[in-house]
Amino acid sequence: MTTVKTFNQRDQLFKNTIMLNAIGIVVLLAVIFGTIVYSSKDSIAAFGLGFITSKTWDPIGMTFGALPFIAGTLITSILALLISLPFSLAIALLLGEYSPKGKITGFVRSMIELMAGVPSVIFGFWGLYYLVPKIRDLEMWLMQIPFLENAGILPYGVGILAASLILAVMIIPYSSSVAREVITMVPRALKEAAYSLGSTRFEVISKIVLPYARSGIIAGVLLSFGRAIGETMAVTMLIGNANELPQNIFAPANTMASVIANEFAEAQAGVHMSSLFEIGLLLFLISVVVNLIGRVVIHSMNKQGGQS
Amino acid sequence: MSIHSIELDPRQIRRRKQFNTFFSAMIMTLAVLSVIPLFLILTHIVKEGFASLKPEFFTSLPKPVGETGGGIANALVGTFMLIGIATILALPVGIGAGLFLAEHPKSKIGELVRLSVEVLQGIPSIVIGLIVYMICVKPIGNFSALSGGIALAIMMLPFIVRTTEETLRLIPTTLKEASLALGAPYYHTILQVILPAGLNGIITGVLVSIARIAGETAPLLFTAFGNPYMNANPLKPIASLPHLIFTYAISPYDDWHALAWGAAIILLGFILMLNFGARMIASKFGMDHSA
Repeated sequence: MTTVKTFNQRDQLFKNTIMLNAIGIVVLLAVIFGTIVYSSKDSIAAFGLGFITSKTWDPIGMTFGALPFIAGTLITSILALLISLPFSLAIALLLGEYSPKGKITGFVRSMIELMAGVPSVIFGFWGLYYLVPKIRDLEMWLMQIPFLENAGILPYGVGILAASLILAVMIIPYSSSVAREVITMVPRALKEAAYSLGSTRFEVISKIVLPYARSGIIAGVLLSFGRAIGETMAVTMLIGNANELPQNIFAPANTMASVIANEFAEAQAGVHMSSLFEIGLLLFLISVVVNLIGRVVIHSMNKQGGQS
Repeated sequence: MSIHSIELDPRQIRRRKQFNTFFSAMIMTLAVLSVIPLFLILTHIVKEGFASLKPEFFTSLPKPVGETGGGIANALVGTFMLIGIATILALPVGIGAGLFLAEHPKSKIGELVRLSVEVLQGIPSIVIGLIVYMICVKPIGNFSALSGGIALAIMMLPFIVRTTEETLRLIPTTLKEASLALGAPYYHTILQVILPAGLNGIITGVLVSIARIAGETAPLLFTAFGNPYMNANPLKPIASLPHLIFTYAISPYDDWHALAWGAAIILLGFILMLNFGARMIASKFGMDHSA
């Protein structure tokens, strides 16, 4: 009997241990959230809601407003999504619908997987020495067009366009894999019914596959957006670091992530540092909300697909 | 395709078929075009960095500005140390929590933990750097390898939890029941039967998650910080490959750029090797964790 009892005790100990590990993750998240809210308190107390709407970011005058960075983040991310969407959808359709097993498909798939593994800092490095000179040439050329003389384009090279282009390349692997996942969930019976009525492949895709997968594809765009707004290194290297509201897509700017990366190490403890933490808090909240909505939509699609 | 057009017009059919062909060609073209940046990046890195890859590149420290040559030994040691610290910290907790989720899939705590894992996975890496600065760098008083490792561990953790849970859920319950029916206690069953059965899946997950954090720079900016000298003390600032690439890339010196391109080849090669190894293990045992 004694051995059975010690076994039971060990069982209990084991169960408690793994439960403790699991609860540890919840505690970790709570600590993360608590820390970032606590560290932002000086900034929240000093600027309140005006932090989000003020466009002055002045470390010397100790006045801080995050609007230029919120705008920079939204513009670069949305531009990147628009650029990458046709490519991601094409890859998703090729891998999920056209030929899941063909030779070109295999090639494209392994290349995309390779692309997903390239670190952000290497994308940024390449962008700085390959993409930026090309964009600078483009800007020089644009400046000579009489009509655009006063558009305020300067040949910086770095700026929103450079950051958005690299960001677009970086999110293609992610957004195409989410889109492929939802495209393969479309019930076979629906597609076969359409084919048997004489539809071409394009008609099946445009009238059956895309409408059925619509909410999932939108969720995928949302998840990619969540990815894009938190992207730091490549954007920091390419966006040009200007703490003002950008005037056009060639202008240098800063995103929420890049301003933290640029200024945190040199920030004085106090309101400046606290303001950077508040930007981190905003970034955290936006990413979490965007992520959770996206995942809920995809989970619910998963369940639907399982039932039909 | 509506009911009215029962009488099919051959011209219309031809048009539909032509458009279909055009659409297929467009999909193919767009898909192949999206691969081009990758080729440009790879050729550029190799072209710029290959010349740096001499034996001394791996064994010596970076030279001061103005002197050519030098190496990245400090960053190599640093990256391995950071990965080591992160893995040691994240692995036990991650596997424990994954076990818990696999064993109690529908429990209230399980739901809460799963939600936390998803939230954790969505936190931008730079924000994790900020947090670790507050809870680790500030109390210690200086930047350190330990805090860099903690930041990377937080990034690894959700991934290890998820792969562990997914792998263990695939293991047939009959295996567990057989062990319990033979009188083996529960903890014995888990440690000696269930975990070994899922070992390959878990190893795959760990390799992939190491590949993901190996190139992370943002969480290291205010934690490990970087160090131009050799360091093996976990309580001191430490260099790492991605951080070295970043600081040298934005410096104005050509010699440093050459070092950074060389470091980029090494880092990329290391990540590819990890991913390849993970895929080998996964395909050998009929699993796929690449998605």
